[in-house]
Amino acid sequence: MNASAPAPALPANSYLNAGYGIRSWLLTTDHKRIALLYLASVTFFFLIGGAFAGLIRIHLLTPKGLLVSAETYNKLFTMHGIIMIFFFLIPSIPAVLGNFLIPMMIGAKDLAFPKLNLLSWYVYIIGASFALFAIVSGGVDTGWTFYTPFSSLYSNTAVAPAAIGIFITGFSSILTGLNFIVTVHTMRAPGMTWFRLPLFVWSHYATSVIFVLGTPVIAITLLLVALERLFHFGFFNPALGGDPILFQHLFWFYSHPAVYIMILPAMGVVSEIVPTFARKPLFGYHFVAAASMAIAAIGFFVWAHHMFVAGQSPYAALVFSLLSFLVAIPSAVKVFNWVATLYKGSISYDTPMLYAFGFIGLFLIGGLTGLFLATLGVDVHVHDTYFVIAHFHYIMVGGAVMGYLGGMHYWWPKITGRMYPELVARLAAVILFVGFNLTFFPQFILGFLGMPRRYHSYPPEFQVYNVMSTAGASILAIGYLLPMIYLIWSLRYGKIAGRNPWPATGLEWQTDSPPPTENFEKTPVVTWEPYDFQNRPDLGLSGPEPYAPQGAAVAPSPPAQD
Amino acid sequence: MFAQAELPLFPKEASGFAPNVDALIGYLIAVSLFFVLLIAVVTAYSFVKFRRRRDKEIGVPIRGNLKLEVAWIAIPTLLALVMFGWGAVIYLHERQAPRDTLDIYVVAKQWMWKLQQPNGRREINELHIPAGRNVRLIMASEDVIHDFYVPAFRVKQDVVPGRYTTMWFRATEPGRYHFFCSQYCGTNHALMGGWVIVMQPAEYEAWLGGASGESNPVAAGEQLFHQLACISCHTGLRSGRGPVLNGLYGSKVSLADGRQVVADDAYIRQCILDARVNVPVGYQPIMPVFQGVVTEEQILSLTAYIKSLPKPGGEEAQAGPASPSRRGKP
Repeated sequence: MNASAPAPALPANSYLNAGYGIRSWLLTTDHKRIALLYLASVTFFFLIGGAFAGLIRIHLLTPKGLLVSAETYNKLFTMHGIIMIFFFLIPSIPAVLGNFLIPMMIGAKDLAFPKLNLLSWYVYIIGASFALFAIVSGGVDTGWTFYTPFSSLYSNTAVAPAAIGIFITGFSSILTGLNFIVTVHTMRAPGMTWFRLPLFVWSHYATSVIFVLGTPVIAITLLLVALERLFHFGFFNPALGGDPILFQHLFWFYSHPAVYIMILPAMGVVSEIVPTFARKPLFGYHFVAAASMAIAAIGFFVWAHHMFVAGQSPYAALVFSLLSFLVAIPSAVKVFNWVATLYKGSISYDTPMLYAFGFIGLFLIGGLTGLFLATLGVDVHVHDTYFVIAHFHYIMVGGAVMGYLGGMHYWWPKITGRMYPELVARLAAVILFVGFNLTFFPQFILGFLGMPRRYHSYPPEFQVYNVMSTAGASILAIGYLLPMIYLIWSLRYGKIAGRNPWPATGLEWQTDSPPPTENFEKTPVVTWEPYDFQNRPDLGLSGPEPYAPQGAAVAPSPPAQD
Repeated sequence: MFAQAELPLFPKEASGFAPNVDALIGYLIAVSLFFVLLIAVVTAYSFVKFRRRRDKEIGVPIRGNLKLEVAWIAIPTLLALVMFGWGAVIYLHERQAPRDTLDIYVVAKQWMWKLQQPNGRREINELHIPAGRNVRLIMASEDVIHDFYVPAFRVKQDVVPGRYTTMWFRATEPGRYHFFCSQYCGTNHALMGGWVIVMQPAEYEAWLGGASGESNPVAAGEQLFHQLACISCHTGLRSGRGPVLNGLYGSKVSLADGRQVVADDAYIRQCILDARVNVPVGYQPIMPVFQGVVTEEQILSLTAYIKSLPKPGGEEAQAGPASPSRRGKP
């Protein structure tokens, strides 16, 4: 149980009651309100993408396919991928939690460019409208990867609207990234040095670098596809001297780093949650911060590991395989540091902590199976099979979505001023974890057995694992619906949270919940190191026993290998 | 066999590569299990041992340990380098076909596979091969990217329009094995598969000989060679406007731009489609462009015919060790 704050009522003035009516939301430049605009939009797209996923799983219950025609099935998985990746996962944590929290975490009143921030949301909505148009005008059947020449010449579906939608939405990412980078550089409160930044901010800084450097490439690439479709330019069409493999290089040059766009912010969430609920500083702060930057940097040099069987030079494959192993190391470093943080902590099992360790478990499996795919001789077998599907869902759903939900629970009291119901929330976290594993673990085995991805029908020997997967998906669906219900319920009936219910050390917890429009009454001054519970009498906590001097090497009995 | 069980965990092993790939997968699974168990045990232990006992309690402020950081950077790196090296050895072996292969020509199109044995026998969505022989597939696509994948052999290769790609394997166990298209290619992608039928060599020879009344690719190629008026320049005489094609296949050709290339399948294909890319010394780039005029299957027939032309010395041209690489050797 957490100490509830003395305040029995919500603060009189907050960003939520700073204005009423539709205009006060649609024309707001408050980063917190824009975050809520994003929250509503990405939740909408999550529901659509999730509905497509549900139909896919039901269809695959039988070898011949239960529900839809081949054309429709191909559109379902394509739209599921496009919506979940470009309109849910990529904006989810950065645009919702990042937008809300980054200025507060560094002690600023807003982002550096508040109007640009609002523009980003509108650009996202315009792009998303194109994607919705693509759905209602019949859908797209190219797969979210848009491989040429199928996408540019052969598909007779709404490829161009979808590509243009992603092209436009890309600018939203670029602007958000720019905004974050400038904000972190220029708007930190006095005393908030780079190495006092919360790791959430570090991971968003790394994410923003990828936004700014990578997104223009996918934008141009999809524009080239649209041009080839509409005006028959010969970029990728071999009959006109183009090269279909060139598309894959361009596409993955962004879309592999995009995986890190999805996972780095979730890692940032976990790095906030673990110290709070272990009540001690994150183990190896500098290594975790550096790991984020290393992932962002190395992540740009691994793209062709998606093309080991595409007919590229074997020597290129060797280089990209080696680099792919290197990018795995910083992720491993993070996992070890999170787990080591538990040592001699004061651990509570609140919902965010359950999500954080759900994340760590699933991300660990996702990361380790990534090693299988980086290994050349193994990738040739499991490439483009359900093994890959399972792998990236462990990273993107098990990782990114668990992180997102963990973060939503952790900061829900800050965003709304009210607590969610703890018991049912813990139950939902456990349901999600079980449902997720039942859905996706059988797909690893399907991949080993050789079931290719994107099959609307399959040989009967694959059925048993598909049935398991679909059963898991139904549990997973319950796990997603529960938070939506009780979080909405808590808006009215939740316990008043107070400023710092956990309590946690970050600046965002130093102000009212929900915060006032300008975030802080006066600019905070930071005099403590990150995640310092020891020298913070304001938190009202006390140590178990006399402390070892701070910074001294209190050698933990190694929770590591050997 | 696992595959016969209720819950199969591994596909059948039916190629020379399969045991090596599976051994490597075993290593990867062992390393993964070690780390999953390690993290799970340490986490579970900590969650119990260090659980919060008093509401206001805080943990011991340990900020890190350099030795541990070095250890958990170095050890995973070493384990990963073994994965890299082992995987690379298998991959390079898979990419480098031996010299004595049985060559099968494969044309992929939405949504079927056409395969052709060396003697011209054609198959659709079925591939008969002898056990114990090295088999090489030389593959082209008529439309989009496809992928030839035999799970029991642990190999796959994309088939990319506009070029040849190749793969090879040695089947070890007679039997019927699924092959799939594993690169998404449109509506009936899931139906674009078939069976690889591995036979005892004698059985295979008998099956191969049983082909009667099928079109011979050399004859088809010869017919095309006249029909497309190739013969008017490639007269077979040194005086012709085009090079002599007898004995061309597998030989070294000196090009006007100074390159020396081996005249393999990819070279001949490129020359037919657009000869301006490879102009041999002493000739003018006057050959018409056949891009869009001939299909991949017709190119295969023409290539078969060119291969069959006797060497100038009189002996039969032999299908040499030419490896079809794109636009000559790198």
